[in-house]
Amino acid sequence: MARLRMNQAIGRALADAMDEDPTVVVFGEDVAAAGGVFKTSVGLLEAFGPDRVRDTPISEMAIVGAAVGAAMGGLRPVAEIMFADFFGVALDQVVTQGALVHYLTRGAVTVPMVVRSSVGAGRGFAATHSRTVEEWFLSAPGLKLVEVSGARTAYGLLRAAIREDGPVVVLEPRALYGSREEFEPGEDAVLALGRAEVRRPGDEATVVAVGQTVGIADRAIEELGASVELIDLLSLRPWDVDTVLESVARTGRLALVEEHPFTGGWGPDVASRVGQELFGDLAAPILRITAPDVPVPFARELEFRYLPSVEYVASQLRTWLDTGKLPAPWWADIREGV
Amino acid sequence: MAIGEGPGSVTTYDAKTPLRRREEVIADPRARLERMMEIRHAEQKIRELHEEGLAWGSTHSCDGQEAVAVGIAAAVPPTDHVVGAHRGHGLGLAMGLTPEQLLGETLGRSVGAVEGLGGSPHLVETSVGLVFTVTLMGAGIPIVAGLALAAQVQGSDRVAVAVFGDGAVNIGAFHEGLNLAALWRLPAVFIIENNHYGEFSRYDRTTTVEPPARRAEAYGLPWTLVDGQDVDAVIEAVGTAVATARSGGGPTLLELRTYRYFGHSRSDRAPYRPEGELEAWRARDPIRILGDRLVADGVVDEADLAAMEERCRERVEAAAAHALAAPVTDVTAMFRHVYPEAAP
Repeated sequence: MARLRMNQAIGRALADAMDEDPTVVVFGEDVAAAGGVFKTSVGLLEAFGPDRVRDTPISEMAIVGAAVGAAMGGLRPVAEIMFADFFGVALDQVVTQGALVHYLTRGAVTVPMVVRSSVGAGRGFAATHSRTVEEWFLSAPGLKLVEVSGARTAYGLLRAAIREDGPVVVLEPRALYGSREEFEPGEDAVLALGRAEVRRPGDEATVVAVGQTVGIADRAIEELGASVELIDLLSLRPWDVDTVLESVARTGRLALVEEHPFTGGWGPDVASRVGQELFGDLAAPILRITAPDVPVPFARELEFRYLPSVEYVASQLRTWLDTGKLPAPWWADIREGV
Repeated sequence: MAIGEGPGSVTTYDAKTPLRRREEVIADPRARLERMMEIRHAEQKIRELHEEGLAWGSTHSCDGQEAVAVGIAAAVPPTDHVVGAHRGHGLGLAMGLTPEQLLGETLGRSVGAVEGLGGSPHLVETSVGLVFTVTLMGAGIPIVAGLALAAQVQGSDRVAVAVFGDGAVNIGAFHEGLNLAALWRLPAVFIIENNHYGEFSRYDRTTTVEPPARRAEAYGLPWTLVDGQDVDAVIEAVGTAVATARSGGGPTLLELRTYRYFGHSRSDRAPYRPEGELEAWRARDPIRILGDRLVADGVVDEADLAAMEERCRERVEAAAAHALAAPVTDVTAMFRHVYPEAAP
């Protein structure tokens, strides 16, 4: 067993994939000589050489476009976009080029690329470096999207994404890079794309969370002491409809814990699907616990108010479980006043 | 931008202070020297606030680059528009922001330049023309083309100035923005503040053209390589480019060659620097270059220099104390200004 920080697990997954497959190459801003600004590729340059591990200029469009092309040309590139907010200038290459090559060549050309990127608030990086931007990718047929929740899932999903024959975006919550988890890296740790994991079983309600909200939801449920099932969605496109529907059909209640603002993100699709499929079986309205519809604020007190906290999630769940009604979000009264 | 408003504010400046501070820098070489010292003190104070756990998040200090900031602020009138970028504490203070606005922003306090909502990377003070600070690479370049377009369409003689690092010259926005500005002969100035490193990579490891400003030729634009450690050289070059733009001569690309004394951000010890490089640049410290010149010219003496240092130290300490005593930004602030308020 290894006890790895999430950034170390990512580095280990890259190294194992490069060992396994000589077509795997890694490039991005400061990923080679410096080992990545979040230390996710330490030692790769030394181990695999400058042909396969490259620093790039600050040129996100070129990074992602070159990943698309390298993949079309027979490599399995793993490109890094340092902060997911930087995808803005490279989105064309991801969603309009990379995601469509296979379709528009009628399967003649594949794009086995992975683009990894850090996401999320909680580190004081302010409005332009803190979003999770899942919705940028959710509307792109041809693309797969995963979001990891710790060292083990980071390792397992990255290995799986690299083996995938189509393009995959892997989102990594920045706040979790330093958190440790014990697991055994290797073949048995490779996860399947499109599969959720049940984190804790329960029969009173189902909670679905993603990325750094998985740990937050877990602690909130622990605090509640109720029998609540927690599902870590892991794959956002496609997401594991069967696991979620099976759980909610059993518990009769669904709550989602989302890091991003109420509008957008992965939550609305999950909520609407469950609402459509299980309308008559639901004992309470579907509860979405999210951030407010504002940019990520910088001041520490505000940023941690913005993010759903353990205490907030627990109080929302408690009210909802007790009353069967939707609790107002924390900002309901404030919105009235501004 | 509302300054010093709100209950419990202990701010020591008013809405006219930034403009007054800017005018000092434009008018007086002694004020320029003192402002460069103030920037150095403020950066030191910000590092201390982080070390003491009072400030949080990332921070990008500009020690060593003070002549670039102050030279631009002295050469550009406050009625022109400037868009800054990373490592912008110096540019903000040089353009007129008060130390309290900077430190308040760093600390997430209501007295910050943008109420603690943006953090120190997002300094703005519209009363002196600092209309935005971008922290995604090169994003300010096409925005400045657009600000210049507005001036051109309005028939205004306003000029727009983009300040960005050497790390921004390899992003599409640099090329698209320069081409558009050249094509429309916009009243704009584009300034590469080349401090040698984009994040952890030396500019000559990521850019094939030397100097990077020579890329201007690809768009039919004039360019100049400038000693960014000499505030007077910066003023002359920026002043010329601004005058050209204002008189309908179109945009210029300037490269101000400078050096950052510290790493990219708080956590970076800059192990990638060649031995001796930092020392060589410290030997050409911009504050000492101007100080020596003013002493040699008889404008100031050594006692004046010591008094200036002491005033800067006191001003920054007082600003930090005021910012720390100011209320933490109220939670309701994050809900304001997401959209323009409807007209009453």
